[in-house]
Amino acid sequence: MPELDDLPCQELVELVTAYLDDELDAETQTRFEQHIAHCSGCANYLQQFRQTISLLGSLGVERLSVHGLSNIRRAFRDWAS
Amino acid sequence: MHIWATDALLVDALRARDESAFEHVLTTWSRSMLRLARSFVSSDASAEEVVQDTWLAVLQGIDRFEGRSTLRTWVYRILVNTAKKRGVLESRTVPWTSLQPVDDDLARSVDPADFRGRDDPHPGHWKPGGGPVPWQSSASTASSEVSVLAGEVRMILGAALASLPQRQRIVVTLRDVHGHSAGEVCQMLDVSAANQRVLLHRGRARLRELLDGYLAGEPGRGGGRDA
Repeated sequence: MPELDDLPCQELVELVTAYLDDELDAETQTRFEQHIAHCSGCANYLQQFRQTISLLGSLGVERLSVHGLSNIRRAFRDWAS
Repeated sequence: MHIWATDALLVDALRARDESAFEHVLTTWSRSMLRLARSFVSSDASAEEVVQDTWLAVLQGIDRFEGRSTLRTWVYRILVNTAKKRGVLESRTVPWTSLQPVDDDLARSVDPADFRGRDDPHPGHWKPGGGPVPWQSSASTASSEVSVLAGEVRMILGAALASLPQRQRIVVTLRDVHGHSAGEVCQMLDVSAANQRVLLHRGRARLRELLDGYLAGEPGRGGGRDA
């Protein structure tokens, strides 16, 4: 696996967030992508990272209570009048 | 999809006391504000008060808003400051320094035991058969069995998120639950781009690890891969 050796898996897993934010320099990004293309373990790791992020986006968020919302709306009307 | 096509128009409408503009931001943002506030304070009721106080401060400050960030980022900054003050009162505070990464945040994303050692011809690569394997199913499939699984996974993930150190949880919540950009989060929290990334990466890596223990095993049967 000569094409993988200059970016070991153990180093690649630390770069995933920078990769997803497009913040790796061009050379490192190329090495990252070449590595992923040849290494199923790292390809799976990247995929699981993406799935984790996607699942986080599907977590529900809480709602303000009706009482809280009506307090805020009343404050707006007081402020606006 | 709304009539306030730009931030400037929205700000102008708010300054003109336009109630429909206020209703738009209130209903669009309040739920994510509540979740963020909950990261700083000790109860749901406190979080709700933080959100209310934030809106009051927004109304009082909108005439002085200078447009140096987006309106939303500015509102969230007010929320963070309000929540921090509240957290101090409750002795559950996030002082500025604790949003700085500490040693634990620099821990390895994956257990070093999963990689080959220095004396191996390929040091730092996954051990044979030791790399991650695809998860059994994803939340995107439609069958009813899978959607039960997806519900379980979300529950586990929610609990895992709550168990992260607070500084990681706040950053992961803003980036991945709410979908804010890296730049917005740096502005809201006053952290550097590098520190934002360290906290985000460590939090995500821990969550992936926890999910892997569940999804690589036998879901619903108390399974999980041997550690």
